Amino acid sequence: MKVNQLSVFLENKSGRLARVTKVLGENNINIRALSIADTTDFGILRIIVSQPKEAYNILRSEGFVVTETDVIAVCIPDKPGGLGQVLEVLEKQSVNIEYLYAFVGNTSTKNALVVFRVEDCDKAVEVLKSNGIQVVDEEKVYQL
Amino acid sequence: MIWDKKYECMDREQLRGLQSERLVKVVQRVYDQVPFYRQLFEQEGIEPTDIKGVEDISKLPFTTKDALRDNYPFGLFAEPMNKIVRLHASSGTTGKPIVVGYTQKDLNTWAELIARIVSQAGVTEEDVVQICFGYGLFTGGFGLHYGLEKVGTTIIPASVGNTRRQIMLMEDFGTTVLVSTPSYALYMAEVIQESGIDLDRLKMRIGLFGAEPWSESMREQIQAKWGITATDNYGLSEIIGPGVSGECLEFKGLHISEDHFIPEIIDPVTGESLGFGQEGELVFTTLTKEGFPVIRYRTKDISILWDDVCACGRTTARMKKVTGRTDDMMIIRGVNVFPSQIESVLMEVKGLAPIYQIIVDRKGHLDNIEVQVEMEKEMFTGSFRDLEAMENKIRGKLNTVLSIDVRVKLVEPKTIQRSEGKAKRVIDKRQI
Repeated sequence: MKVNQLSVFLENKSGRLARVTKVLGENNINIRALSIADTTDFGILRIIVSQPKEAYNILRSEGFVVTETDVIAVCIPDKPGGLGQVLEVLEKQSVNIEYLYAFVGNTSTKNALVVFRVEDCDKAVEVLKSNGIQVVDEEKVYQL
Repeated sequence: MIWDKKYECMDREQLRGLQSERLVKVVQRVYDQVPFYRQLFEQEGIEPTDIKGVEDISKLPFTTKDALRDNYPFGLFAEPMNKIVRLHASSGTTGKPIVVGYTQKDLNTWAELIARIVSQAGVTEEDVVQICFGYGLFTGGFGLHYGLEKVGTTIIPASVGNTRRQIMLMEDFGTTVLVSTPSYALYMAEVIQESGIDLDRLKMRIGLFGAEPWSESMREQIQAKWGITATDNYGLSEIIGPGVSGECLEFKGLHISEDHFIPEIIDPVTGESLGFGQEGELVFTTLTKEGFPVIRYRTKDISILWDDVCACGRTTARMKKVTGRTDDMMIIRGVNVFPSQIESVLMEVKGLAPIYQIIVDRKGHLDNIEVQVEMEKEMFTGSFRDLEAMENKIRGKLNTVLSIDVRVKLVEPKTIQRSEGKAKRVIDKRQI
């Protein structure tokens, strides 16, 4: 259930993000989800891609500082209060969320996908499942 | 092993006698042979006969780098050119280089001195030595070469550059001793790691490092990465080149060949002589050099001298490993800052040999230091919190050590320039 997310350290200077996407594109790797957060000096790019292992090796060999992080993808009904419900479940079981980002995988299903980075992935999966919340299988996420 | 027991383990009283005798001679020689010194002595009202022994050395004037530069190229030579068999020169990054000349006897002495320092670092005739110093006007390459040849080692005169090829030679020729700058050793380790070569397959056992100041923590990193004993040696072309002093395996400072050089420590501001155990600027007087003798040469290197007998049995005075220079000292908002201090902090925090650069700038009337540190894979967890925690930790420690606030900037790998020779650590953009 754990999804392999790549985090890339990027210096805040022009062309670095473009370089990452170019390298991935040239190698036929598709970005499924993306989030970027930054400070004045540096940013962290977080991506979920179609072939995480290959992407990791390619980016490393291109000289990027990359690390793999386990995240979970949760399918949330695309309606008011949808996210709140999930967060409440996690909070009740004291699962700490480090960060999250959302994307809509397939608009026809009326569902949103939210990527969670939590301290304890296994526990979070268990908690969510036992509360009837759908955690998306990693292979499905890569192939979205 | 001790290469030359007679001189390296000489009774200190006897040594003083020898130094005195040689000092009197060299003072007379420069007075007779080098117009610059005659003039300088006259200016200071000194007659060569005023110098009766080592105890009178502080009566002599200093020789500065400027004096050497002003007499470019051969003005300070004490022998005619037909006696000079080799020329070397400093890099001349700040204008004209400094040219030094050696007679055949000087070259023999030089090889002897190198033989001493490499022997005390544990190098023997069984070793295969790769010299990754430039063979040119820079004294590092040829200097080490002839001394190592004297010891009987197998030498690979690899010179600088083409790092991958250097590594190939190490593997194929079974190099056991590496001669380079410490920063180049770290860079090579980086390339080795990247190319996936198993360091255990190399036979490297000793590193002879010199030509730039480096910290104790850098030594630890090199030793850990290479699995070798990293030793320091010291020298400068104005005195003879490498071989002025070197570490024995007790690591209690670098033994100075005092039968050839008189070391002193002075207060860099007042020029006043300081005693053993006190920190200050190193000053050397050459006792036996024929081609290019210098009197009380101010090295700008900061060190401490010790004269207690070393556990290795040598009686020669030792100097503390040079980690700073009076001229790489930055004065930031009135505080003295040495790159080596920053380096030590970085090593402590990261637990890794950092590639770093110090950028000094002035905004308004305030000096600012920015320390750029290259990120390494091991430092990156993907979490902001961890990166910020690291920046803060580095900043905090630097603040404790330097008492000024330093900006820390993490940068991407390979963005700071690598060096095959002396690393350039400081970029000073201040226009004063």
